[in-house]
Amino acid sequence: MNKYPLWKYLLVLVVALFGFIYALPNLYPDDPALQITAKKAGGETAPDVLDRALASLEKAGISIKQSELLQGSALIRFDNVDDQINAKDVVQDAVSGDYVVAMNLAPNTPEWLSALGAGPVKLGLDLRGGVHFLMEVDMAKAIDNKLKNDLNNIRDGLRELKVRYKQASMEGDQLRLSFTTEERVSQARSMLQKDFRDYLVQEEQADNVTTLLLTLSENAVKEIKDYAVSQNLTSLRNRVNELGVAEPVVQRQGADRIVIQLPGIQDTANAKKIIGKAANLEFRMVDWENDPMSVSRAPVGSEFIGMRATGQQVLLKKDVIVTGDRVVGASTGYDENGRPQVNIELDSVGGRRMFKTTNQHVKDSMAVVFIELEPERRTVVEDGKEVEKVFTKETREVINVATIQSALGNSFRITGLDSPAEAKELALLLRAGALAAPMYFVEERTVGPSLGKQNIEAGLMSLVAGFALVLLFMIGYYKLFGLIANVALILNLLLLVAFMSIIPGATLSLPGMAGIVLTVGMAVDANVLIFARIKEEMANGVTPHAAINAGYDRAFLTILDANITTLLVGLVLFAFGSGPVKGFAVTLSIGILTSMFTAIVGTRAIVNLIYGGRALHKLSI
Amino acid sequence: MTTESRFNFMGPRKILGALSILLVIGSLVSITVNFLELGLDFTGGTQIEVEYDAAAQLEPIREVLKSSAYADASVQHFGRPEEVLVRVPPVEGEDKDKVGQRVLELLQAHSPDVKLKRVEFVGPQVGEELRDKSGIAMLIALGLMLIYVTLRFRFKFAVGAVVALFHDVIITLGFFSITRLTFDLTALAAILAVIGYSLNDTIVVFDRVRENFRKDRAGTPEEIINNSLNQTLSRTLITSFTTLLVLIALALLGGELIFAFAVALIVGIVVGTYSSIYVASNLLLAQNINRDDFLEQEKVLDDMP
Repeated sequence: MNKYPLWKYLLVLVVALFGFIYALPNLYPDDPALQITAKKAGGETAPDVLDRALASLEKAGISIKQSELLQGSALIRFDNVDDQINAKDVVQDAVSGDYVVAMNLAPNTPEWLSALGAGPVKLGLDLRGGVHFLMEVDMAKAIDNKLKNDLNNIRDGLRELKVRYKQASMEGDQLRLSFTTEERVSQARSMLQKDFRDYLVQEEQADNVTTLLLTLSENAVKEIKDYAVSQNLTSLRNRVNELGVAEPVVQRQGADRIVIQLPGIQDTANAKKIIGKAANLEFRMVDWENDPMSVSRAPVGSEFIGMRATGQQVLLKKDVIVTGDRVVGASTGYDENGRPQVNIELDSVGGRRMFKTTNQHVKDSMAVVFIELEPERRTVVEDGKEVEKVFTKETREVINVATIQSALGNSFRITGLDSPAEAKELALLLRAGALAAPMYFVEERTVGPSLGKQNIEAGLMSLVAGFALVLLFMIGYYKLFGLIANVALILNLLLLVAFMSIIPGATLSLPGMAGIVLTVGMAVDANVLIFARIKEEMANGVTPHAAINAGYDRAFLTILDANITTLLVGLVLFAFGSGPVKGFAVTLSIGILTSMFTAIVGTRAIVNLIYGGRALHKLSI
Repeated sequence: MTTESRFNFMGPRKILGALSILLVIGSLVSITVNFLELGLDFTGGTQIEVEYDAAAQLEPIREVLKSSAYADASVQHFGRPEEVLVRVPPVEGEDKDKVGQRVLELLQAHSPDVKLKRVEFVGPQVGEELRDKSGIAMLIALGLMLIYVTLRFRFKFAVGAVVALFHDVIITLGFFSITRLTFDLTALAAILAVIGYSLNDTIVVFDRVRENFRKDRAGTPEEIINNSLNQTLSRTLITSFTTLLVLIALALLGGELIFAFAVALIVGIVVGTYSSIYVASNLLLAQNINRDDFLEQEKVLDDMP
């Protein structure tokens, strides 16, 4: 009577063991630590770098807990966060600019547990401290850039084919090309068909002038947007890596947004500056055919751009030799006069272009143009309605003009920068890659480390208090059966924590902790339903064993029905919620699933072990 | 075997039904007139939480901000007297995302011992989206519940259950509207959890009602429902009690950020427990539920080709 087959007991035991082992790493608190990694991809952190870092710490009088050389990086652990923060600058100075020093929380999981794949729960930003940014890509600007670029190329193409056009201009999101003869129209059309397939072409006739109207096809627009987001994603990742943050999150969200999460970062203002900056470089020839002094306005194919230092106008060719996109490496240094410089390395395509142009123009001058894009949102009135629009402020400045002494190749240097700090920032931005389109912040949440700690404490306190109250109540009300339900409740908590620890990407947030607390309160429901049923059956004069059986059997469907509804709500929350609400949905949903197992199978196993195979007259319920 | 009914739940059903209607109307009026004190998540804007070494005087801080570009910022204590929350409504202009930094600089200039605890900036567009998404989430949750209960029970049950859910959600929102508690994303999560919990409770009662209608061939529908409510009473009370225990622990110890969440759930669970009886079950009677409703179900299944 009321016996489980052996495998069921074993199943419960195995599950309990699983919960215990995988929840265990959470008992070992993380160490504040610094992680030193080489900036170059695939670079190793050599032992001497760690030695240098350790020596600098000793000199600064900062005590460390432990240091270790891991694969590709070095880790230094500290006793407290203050030491960690103080140590960061010291170590960064000691290891020079070739290494990134990131603040990190290093888990303390014993080796045998890590070997099993166990590790502590990852804490959300609200518990750990850090920043969360949501950025939107300025798509209008991305499309604008593409149109401008293509317009230039179309002009060049027509010129090359010797097709004379009356006008080639950009109006809104359309390109307009007008011609005076049919022959030129058809020549232009065939060129467009061959080289500019992104456009839909329409024709317009007026006064013997045929105008071709070019609009981007839907597909092309989609591609541009996808490219803008993915390109920005890559550069943001690189920039974030430069910031030295451990375990950053940089992810696409929806069609045109990117989420950035930087745990443990202190200086948000600096982070925002580096992340939000859209800058690029252009290398262009100084117009060698025209003397800027003798022309009143820029000749066709050239334009005036001011020097950053003096404001003096320089006449530059509109054609760009190479842009910052072709830069694969950039580092800072000083020239022979002790002025800051940036050493630049181009990729092979960029190098070839640079060589081709500079080879033809030895003794002419080349200019470096610095472009800074700063997006801003303004509310404007349009069609009588207030709408928000993004405007991009584009600043172009010539930072350097130099005579080409000999043909340049893949690597060269630029000078003319204001300060070492500027050189450093330019190198960083060039290394990290340009943004394909400017971005702006649409959401920011910063949690200071002290608040994070406070949130963990508050969450734990309420969990412990709520848990203790429920445990006491259950024993008081249901006696032995209450004790059994409590064992199940503890097992449930273990399983919940274990699952949160091993599910990749699951993070525990403050609402997530609230979800756990709520699960504890609601998890007893299944047992209450079963026990109430057992009591009822006994009151109806059924024998204890039959009552146990009937209690579990009859309550099962009800429990299932009731839990499925809560699970459905959990799924809706997960699908629609953002950040913290998702965290709540995850713990709530996992909690429901684990509690069904522990409250039904788990308690039954214990009940069967205690009462099974015995003749019974009454139950302690 | 009819269990002796200890409480005649369905006795005062008309009076309490009327009370429910009044509460819902009152809540709706309050929501329309007072609206909800929407949190930053939904309105957009910036809020900055800072901590001082000693209890902070709000007036000087207000003065500092009044003479700045953020004259319409609200300043209040947050949780403890040392902590201050500054809220700045969405501002026009170029760099709204730098408001947090600016305000912090102002406060630091005024008193150097200020420490930043939290900055949140939500663009107006994101706020609007979150508002829309939240409304949709709530409707989808209610829709799913309606479908689920219709599938598992009869349509009459689904009507009772879903009306009860609307009842709970509206009254909880009404509570937020009257008390001026800030309604943010976590509070919304709480409302959705209330939907889950309240339905959970209703289903336990309905399960018993269905079982009793099939078993009990003698009692009137009112007697059967009364019996079912009595049989599930101890379970209803115990589960609500344990859940309330942990929620009270959360409200008292969980900190300021989780307070609105815990309160929303406490109100929702009290209302949800009540509504399982006086809204959901009440509506079963109002729809003249009877034994035929359950016979028909079996017949329909048999008639399937």
